[in-house]
Amino acid sequence: MEKGKGLARRWAVEFVDTMGSSSSLSSTSGISDPLGFSRSSQDQDDANGGRQKKDAEVAWKAQKAWEVAQAPFKNLLMMGFMMWMAGSTVHLFSIGITFSALWQPLSALQSVGKIFEPYKDSKVDTMAPKLLFIALNMAAMGLGVWKLNTLGLLPTHASDWVSSLPPAREIEYAGGGFPFV
Amino acid sequence: MVWETILPSPSPSKSLLYVMAKENLIFVSGKEWLHAISSLDGMIAWSKYFHLESLQIQQNDQHSERNIIYAAGFSGLSEVELYELSGKTGEVLKKRITSYSGIFFQGTLLVHNDVLVTLDSTRSKIVLVNFQGEVASFHQTYVSDLVHDFSGEASFLSSKFADMFVLKLDSCKALVKVKSGRTVSLIERMEHPDSVSDAILLPEGKKAFAIVQNKETGIHITVTMDGELINEVLRERIELDDNRGRVQKVFINSYIRTDRSYGFRSLLVMEDHSLLLVQQGEIVWNREDGLASIIDSLASELPVEKGATVAKVEHNLFEWLQGHLLKLKGTLMIASPDDIAAIQVMRLKNSEKNKMTRDHNGFRKLLIVLTKAGKVLALHTGDGRVVWSVLVSSLHGTKTCQNPTWLNIYQWQVPHHHALDENPSVLVVGRCGQSLDSPGILSIFDSYTGKELSSSHVSHSIAQVMPLPLTDSKEQHLHVILDSNNNAYLYPRTRDALKLFHHELSNVFWYSIDSTEGIIRGHSLNHNCIHNEADEYCFGTRTLWSIVFPSDSEKIIATTTRKLNEVVHTQAKVVDQDVIYKYISNNALFIATASPEAVGEIGTAIPEEARLVVYLIDAVTGRVMHRLIHHGSQGPIHAIFSENWVVYHYFNLRAHRYEMSVMEIYDQSRVDNKDVLKLVLGKHNLTSPISAYSSPEVLVKSQSYFFTHSVKVMAVTSTAKGITSKHLLIGTIGDQMLALDKRFLDPRRTPTPSPAEKEEGMIPLTDSLPIIPQSYATHSLQVEGLRNIITVPAKLESTTLVFGYGIDLFFTRIAPSRTYDSLTEDFNYALLLITIVALIAAIIVTWVLTEQKDLRDKWR
Repeated sequence: MEKGKGLARRWAVEFVDTMGSSSSLSSTSGISDPLGFSRSSQDQDDANGGRQKKDAEVAWKAQKAWEVAQAPFKNLLMMGFMMWMAGSTVHLFSIGITFSALWQPLSALQSVGKIFEPYKDSKVDTMAPKLLFIALNMAAMGLGVWKLNTLGLLPTHASDWVSSLPPAREIEYAGGGFPFV
Repeated sequence: MVWETILPSPSPSKSLLYVMAKENLIFVSGKEWLHAISSLDGMIAWSKYFHLESLQIQQNDQHSERNIIYAAGFSGLSEVELYELSGKTGEVLKKRITSYSGIFFQGTLLVHNDVLVTLDSTRSKIVLVNFQGEVASFHQTYVSDLVHDFSGEASFLSSKFADMFVLKLDSCKALVKVKSGRTVSLIERMEHPDSVSDAILLPEGKKAFAIVQNKETGIHITVTMDGELINEVLRERIELDDNRGRVQKVFINSYIRTDRSYGFRSLLVMEDHSLLLVQQGEIVWNREDGLASIIDSLASELPVEKGATVAKVEHNLFEWLQGHLLKLKGTLMIASPDDIAAIQVMRLKNSEKNKMTRDHNGFRKLLIVLTKAGKVLALHTGDGRVVWSVLVSSLHGTKTCQNPTWLNIYQWQVPHHHALDENPSVLVVGRCGQSLDSPGILSIFDSYTGKELSSSHVSHSIAQVMPLPLTDSKEQHLHVILDSNNNAYLYPRTRDALKLFHHELSNVFWYSIDSTEGIIRGHSLNHNCIHNEADEYCFGTRTLWSIVFPSDSEKIIATTTRKLNEVVHTQAKVVDQDVIYKYISNNALFIATASPEAVGEIGTAIPEEARLVVYLIDAVTGRVMHRLIHHGSQGPIHAIFSENWVVYHYFNLRAHRYEMSVMEIYDQSRVDNKDVLKLVLGKHNLTSPISAYSSPEVLVKSQSYFFTHSVKVMAVTSTAKGITSKHLLIGTIGDQMLALDKRFLDPRRTPTPSPAEKEEGMIPLTDSLPIIPQSYATHSLQVEGLRNIITVPAKLESTTLVFGYGIDLFFTRIAPSRTYDSLTEDFNYALLLITIVALIAAIIVTWVLTEQKDLRDKWR
């Protein structure tokens, strides 16, 4: 999953960068074009083609953003399956799975901005995919919490709160017994 | 033990036994009975009944051929009878009877072959009855002729002297010899604490005896030979410290020296019941036999280690390293025989266990015990050695208080937070004389040194001592002492304690149990002390309530309460994720009564008339919280009360088996505290102080099980925080200590526990409690005459220190839930240390290597 995202971003970034840099280079730097190279005709073609390309890129970005947003869903299903396999008794495996189920959505939520950065665009609305992503991760975390509860590790019972209470002090004191003989 | 025989006669027998070596017989005389018991197998060879007062027996001289037993006694006020019996069969060979013109004092009679020595009814005249001739003759001697300052009444001290006897007078003792059956003469006059040994027979027919005199300069032992002439053969003087008191008894034994003369060893029984063997003026060995009669014991902490000097630390460190090196060698099997020997010596010395300082785990403690002889001893738990001992009686034996008896021992001061520079101390309570009204003695001892810090002879009597859960600013425990007139006295007598007590006065209650009348009374304390208005430390008592058990159907046979210093970790018990609240109260009192028919021994009552009733009573209000009847059962009851449960042991006559029952008490008034949100926010009253007058509803669950053993004593483990699960410690009839998991005594046990209950660790219900041979805390040892078990928490939560005493003493430490909080003693710390060091070294080396490699790569 991570790998795919990374690849997509690098590829997109390079594409944008080269486009930007080549144009900026030609416009800002004072290096003259090579001989026999006419910029004007090509520029016009590029402008047309560039718009088309830009549209395609926006569409592609939006699509990718949605894909990324939906990615936790698969994760959710897999997590659910693994939790079911782990059973409801407390041992190393079930604890590991539960904590990874809690940790993954948390770390994903922390880096939600970073994940959607490649698809950031003035024309692309990343809000909706972000919300979906957050919601799905929340669901995954809920699953983790639910699992924690079934393991009995959440203090949701009265017994969890009173078992550490010391016995109440008694006001009266009575002593005595048999007299010495 | 080879054999044990219980004699059928109803009266107790005299302590003096006669042994006939030739026939292997032991003669025991009771009140009117004479029994001959085979010394080989304990079978009763013959028994004979005499219709006589104050029966006395005597064996004839051992080297004569005939085995004759003389038995004599009074058959009337002025008649005396003498029987000659065959030692082998008990057949009467000769019977002599005679009557005296005066009246005999019926109490004492001595027999020497056919001469009887007795007193007349005024107890100022010695009468010899001589049966040697055909007609018995009487010879009289006035005691005042022997001892000139005689007044009052004389009596005989019972002894196995042949023709001598000891006359006990008010002013002194007199050793008197009978000469040719007619006259008596004084041999030695002795002061009161002095004693005389029995005569022993030397091969030439001579007799020897020892006199021991307690003088300022020490103990003087004089051995005298008594043949044709009386001559002194040995005079020795030994010096002893005051902690053994005076000599009470002496026994002698002879040996032949290299110059063929007789030498004598003497065994001295001291006032503190210790034994000394003296030979040639030296104490060969001594034994603290007073420890066989411990009255009570408590545990005290050892002193904290004071700042050790540097040199000592270095020395210790070197030794420590050397020791661990040796141990390592031992574990790696490369130790030479010398090393193994060194390891053995080190293990034996194992100074860690026997140090005189407090240890981190709290395993080392001082056990302070009070013995019947009035001696306080501190025993080290490491090896049981006596650290210090004080004979309290000798400190207090004055003219006004001649025979002090000692009642109990209490913790007086336990420095914990304040007054840390002071040593802990214990309070020993006694009284002058036997009766309940005699004035009391309070004596306080330093737990570390055994020095008496203070003592007072108080004017009031001591009927009960009630330690309060209060301490003053110097961490002295407040004690209320009740006298026989139901007045209460506060100790220590300081302003601070008084202020504290006044503050708590309305909350302190006292109950008294009168088992003869079957009444329990509850009292409150108030300011006006009836006898002593001026004494600020004296308080009056007022009866608040009383519970009267009908004497024709119930008799109190056992009571028990919780230990005052028991720590309980939690008030809740989790049952299937639900919670129930334990009823934990220091004021709950468990009482068991039996029907009068069932008070005797097992087998004397029939199941229909025998029954036990057990009660749980609140000792503040007198409220009976629970009552339970066991039909067809009888005592003796042994009960133990801990946390919120009582376990008791009794005999079921219907099933012909012993039973154990458990009662668990739960507080119903707190059941409603179930709202998690309220508990999270702390909106509950579970930790607020509770009053007994709120009369909380209790729920009692109980269950009974069969148990194989009869029980001598029961105790329960106690730990520092009360988290560790509990074990019952059962002193069995075989003088062993059985640890029984409390989980076996759980009233919630069912034959088929649910999965949740199984998960909780509940054991399926069975009709009897299992006895697992591995769970004997004493292993294969027997604690002879086990009387009591005390448990002391160690600092380590998992561990309890257990001290059992009877004739033998036994100390161990047990961990009811295994030692989950410590490594085992033989854990190889050195190996661990070496592994860590090796790993660190490897890390450093590899780090250096990689650095070098990196540098090389960069240069390339």
